[in-house]
Amino acid sequence: MNIPDTLEHPLVPLLALDTLWFQVAGTICNLRCTHCFISCAPDNHSHEMMTLDAVGRYLREAATLGVREYYFTGGEPFMNRDIFPILEATLQVGPATVLTNGLLLDPNRAARLRALSDASDYSLDLRVSLDGWGPRDHERIRGRGTFRRAVVGIRNLWHAGLNPVVTVTELADGVASSHGRERFLVLLRSFGLTRPRLKILPLFRIGAEEKRGRPYHRWERLAKDDLIDPERLQCGSGRMVTSRGVYVCPILIDHPSARMGESLSDSLRPFELSFSACYTCHVMGVTCRT
Amino acid sequence: MPERIAVFGGVYSNYLALEATCRDALSRGAESLYCLGDLGAFGPHPDRVFPILEKYRVRTIQGNYEESLSRRSRDCNCGYTDPRDNQFAQISFDYTAAKTSESSKDWMGTLPRELRLSFGGFQTLMAHGSPRKINEFLWYSTSPVPFLSRLLELHPADLLLVSHTGLHWHRRLPGNRHVVNVGAIGRPANDGRREVWYALLTSGTDLDVRFIPVEYDFKTLIHEMKEEKLPAEFIQTIRTGWWTTYLEILPAKERAAGRF
Repeated sequence: MNIPDTLEHPLVPLLALDTLWFQVAGTICNLRCTHCFISCAPDNHSHEMMTLDAVGRYLREAATLGVREYYFTGGEPFMNRDIFPILEATLQVGPATVLTNGLLLDPNRAARLRALSDASDYSLDLRVSLDGWGPRDHERIRGRGTFRRAVVGIRNLWHAGLNPVVTVTELADGVASSHGRERFLVLLRSFGLTRPRLKILPLFRIGAEEKRGRPYHRWERLAKDDLIDPERLQCGSGRMVTSRGVYVCPILIDHPSARMGESLSDSLRPFELSFSACYTCHVMGVTCRT
Repeated sequence: MPERIAVFGGVYSNYLALEATCRDALSRGAESLYCLGDLGAFGPHPDRVFPILEKYRVRTIQGNYEESLSRRSRDCNCGYTDPRDNQFAQISFDYTAAKTSESSKDWMGTLPRELRLSFGGFQTLMAHGSPRKINEFLWYSTSPVPFLSRLLELHPADLLLVSHTGLHWHRRLPGNRHVVNVGAIGRPANDGRREVWYALLTSGTDLDVRFIPVEYDFKTLIHEMKEEKLPAEFIQTIRTGWWTTYLEILPAKERAAGRF
């Protein structure tokens, strides 16, 4: 269970608002992954697509607060019809990273992304998810035919001159070990990526993953006396914007008590680490940043 | 009268490049020389750097290397995130820690973490990574204007000089304020050239920032790195000008500009 309990928990201050996330595609996705921590799906409208206008309002406020970098996720960001103008507007004020499943990255979109990148002083980075060593592992999580299509998307980016960061969850057997990591880099080189980039993420036992794997144990929580390091926690330097307001982080947008307000200035206060997912971030030193 | 200073960082034990840089800066009329830290790492014979800093009266601040060595820490606190990068960082740190004298380590502990001065009317702040964190990476493509403006408000200055990344750049901010990453003189700037780079700043009505490439005796450096059994990957960088390690920390644009 990821619901907050009645105990007291550590408070994490926002040291600085360096990283701003946008749930740009809401919880709407062209896949229904069984490990998704917010259960995104074609019919999940808990959080809606964000418009260019809405993103623009937050970008303007973010600039006054000195935000350093922007991340876009969903759902699947390339399902948002405004994603290209949104990225163009963002790249005028800072660097942007898009998290995608790669399925919609045809050569035309890859070329448009390259053009956006070339037109900006700031970095545009793409992160594409692979969940295993081949179709069997990946498609058990993501559905039939998705492995080949993701690899095609990765290759399209590479051929357009963009080198994506391939993101793998620890569901891929052994990938977290140094040997497993090296094997994964070999796999990526076999796709033609001569300079592969890789990020490995732990699983959060919430959303769909709670049913696929297991829920958190009762003891997997932080207590008031636990020593936390705000520099290692993403809630110490970031916030998440969705169609429903500003949340503490990308992981907890399904939880009303993780909503911190309507504007960024509403969200600058400390946050109480009362969720089990906070335990994962604390123990693993997780950041969703690249 | 305009003033002129030379500022560099990331010596990485490359005492040959340090000597060449100091000479070059003086020949161009620099009145003072500043070093923004990371004296060790990467290269051979770390103790050869200190007499040169003294000879040219280089005002030096602490980098993460000096902080770690003076505290007798077990690692460099470089801020890398990738396991392979961290492995190479550990090889460098273990070598440098073993070859640096105890008195040099003690001296590193006495260095300031930042310097403030008035330079040609610019309220100037020098720090290693950033004014808020010794090992923060300020890259050109991920240090946008609003972010840098906030740093200069929280750490009041019109001119901020940093290093740590190894790549040099200059960004102008509204209100005639400037941020300069002076780069590193210990290894090339991932540009396919063997020279290393430092910053020459001249004050006036406008601030003039020039990055100067410096040639040095890289063949001797390579010879000594081989003798000291330092990694072939490091030697390749000195010989080719392309980075072969610490690549995973690079943002997309900076990564794309290199060969690896």
